[in-house]
Amino acid sequence: MKNQNNCILLDHGSGGLASQELISSLFLQYLQNPLLHQLEDAAVLAEQHGRLAFSTDSYVVDPVVFPGGNIGELAVNGTINDLAMRGAQPLCLSLGVILEEGLPLELLEEIIMAIARAADYAGVPIVTGDTKVVPVGKADKIFINTSGIGVVEEGVDISTSQACAGDVILLSGTLADHGMTILTSREGLRIGGRVESDTRPLHFVTRAIISRFGAAIHTMRDPTRGGLGTSLSEIARATNLCIEIEEDNIPMKSEVRAACELMGLDPLYLANEGKCLVIVGPDKAEEILTTMRSVQEAGESAIIGKISNKHPGRVVLTTLSGGNRLVEPLSGDPLPRIC
Amino acid sequence: MKYVDEYRSRKMVDVLRKELHEITHTPVRIMEVCGTHTMSIFRHGIRNMLPRQVELVSGPGCPVCVTPAGVIDAFIDLSRLPDVMITTFGDMIRVPGRQGSLADARAAGAEVEIVYSPMDGLALARKNPNKLVVFLSVGFETTTPTIAATILAAKNIGLANFAVFPANKIMPPPLRVLLQDPALQLDGLLCPGHVSIMTGAAMYNFLVQDYGLACAVAGFEPTDILQAVIALVKQVQSGRQCVENCYGRVVSEQGNRRAQELAATVFEPVDAHWRGLGEISLSGLALRREFAGFDVTRRLDITVTDAPEPPGCRCGEILKGICQPADCPLFGTRCVPASPVGPCMVSSEGTCAAWHRYGGLTDTDTFNPE
Repeated sequence: MKNQNNCILLDHGSGGLASQELISSLFLQYLQNPLLHQLEDAAVLAEQHGRLAFSTDSYVVDPVVFPGGNIGELAVNGTINDLAMRGAQPLCLSLGVILEEGLPLELLEEIIMAIARAADYAGVPIVTGDTKVVPVGKADKIFINTSGIGVVEEGVDISTSQACAGDVILLSGTLADHGMTILTSREGLRIGGRVESDTRPLHFVTRAIISRFGAAIHTMRDPTRGGLGTSLSEIARATNLCIEIEEDNIPMKSEVRAACELMGLDPLYLANEGKCLVIVGPDKAEEILTTMRSVQEAGESAIIGKISNKHPGRVVLTTLSGGNRLVEPLSGDPLPRIC
Repeated sequence: MKYVDEYRSRKMVDVLRKELHEITHTPVRIMEVCGTHTMSIFRHGIRNMLPRQVELVSGPGCPVCVTPAGVIDAFIDLSRLPDVMITTFGDMIRVPGRQGSLADARAAGAEVEIVYSPMDGLALARKNPNKLVVFLSVGFETTTPTIAATILAAKNIGLANFAVFPANKIMPPPLRVLLQDPALQLDGLLCPGHVSIMTGAAMYNFLVQDYGLACAVAGFEPTDILQAVIALVKQVQSGRQCVENCYGRVVSEQGNRRAQELAATVFEPVDAHWRGLGEISLSGLALRREFAGFDVTRRLDITVTDAPEPPGCRCGEILKGICQPADCPLFGTRCVPASPVGPCMVSSEGTCAAWHRYGGLTDTDTFNPE
């Protein structure tokens, strides 16, 4: 498969010998599972009990490699998380890759290794895939699409519409890590301390709380693009309820907070790639918090607010200083191509 | 966060808020003239902490917002020239001109780089010897000294392919214009903290002497702003107007002399056009004759022509504080941060952007302690 420049050529997307070689020497080497190895046109899954959840997402992050990960694990974790937010147990993923001619093979290998690592860790195999190559300049290095199927157990009904007044809002960890990481690595800014992406799968956390607390879990969302502020605004608008959050209680790394101050950015609108908002009935909130904290991916979980009827459809933030302001959805992209 | 959290402390804010409510017994109209103040007031929810009698209006304190449409057009035209590389602060990039924005020009192939310091332009000029690297020089007293230092550095190292497009402005002349406008009845001015670090608090003495205005130099954290508002209310109610420096930890009476000298070495005052305020005598800065080689408008013989304001846009009146964003028919409908029509929406420190981003609580009673 090696060529003179050790990079992707248009030929690798031809469907002919070069494509086959790329797939067997790179993709199949790392993504080992019986369904993928059949190399059929479609993977046929075993019979499942329960309703199916189905989700898809595309990844175009720039830069493709950043502190804390690369586009590979982002693509695996992102779709797993979308399934997990509806209470589904992820079953398998598809992987569609668009490569730009000239992409170094070494970089592609690094990304595929990350995909394999993330899929292994999550226990969610990649069972079908596709690779295309486009000429130089028609894509930027690599674009990835993943789709995923998950199973929703009997009795689990998690959606925005389940949120109600009196509910308590939990966040599974520190805010704005991914967005700040991408921004600083793109602009070449160096800030003290270690700022890295929070890309991680969330289905271990969601499974832990759903299996113990079932119907007490009303709504789950992962605040990715648009950040916490946009996710909360969407929930408030969709339910016509008031969301009240306390700035004091939102966990943040001090490095990220300082960098936001320095650059005049509002962390409420920066992306997260491994955090979930969990809206629960008030009686079980403390117990759910304890359970979330016992899971590695959500060790820094906190209660950040509650739902009321005060200002229907609005999100009200009590600031550190005790002032109040509205949180509106993000308008205008502060940072394109964040994931 | 050290040196920040202390000034956001809820305990301190509560003490100040109570004091303000206790002392206020007459209506007081205050203008915050700096865009960073506007953002901070919204971000920390300060409006909802104030007594009903205290009104805050936003002034022309965002450098991007007051840059006339014709200058924006000239920036964009310049970016389209071959062998020109534009360097600019990020806020300028999406400001719409007659034919698109710098972002549009960049998408069509123009070289436009966002920098955090004008000095970054020197490195780019060295790296690209065949290009003319131009810094879009927009800003008030705060940014002018750094730009002056950059030009001096370029001159010292003999960097011939670096230039600036001078559009800097100074604060005192427009303040005079505003105070002479009968439509705007102001009692007090929240003086801009960053500008004052450079100029010193003494710069505002004329406002007290000539217009009887209450003045307080303020920092940008909630306790800074509340302290300054308390000072202004006290001055207005007692009739003892003066310039009170409530930002003493960084602002001195005379300011940063070294920075003032740097600015005066490179720049000289000229008449300038302000969006919303029109032509104001000696309110802008041009490069002195000995630095003419660094002035891209002289080098490439660029003339700035008047450009009409976008139809329906009320940024002019909003900049003067005589109308609020919600009074503009375009606000929140055709003019939103994602596709701004007027400059007050595009700049992150613009009044419309602040209103749009942080909204306004209609039911302020809920949050007022009284």
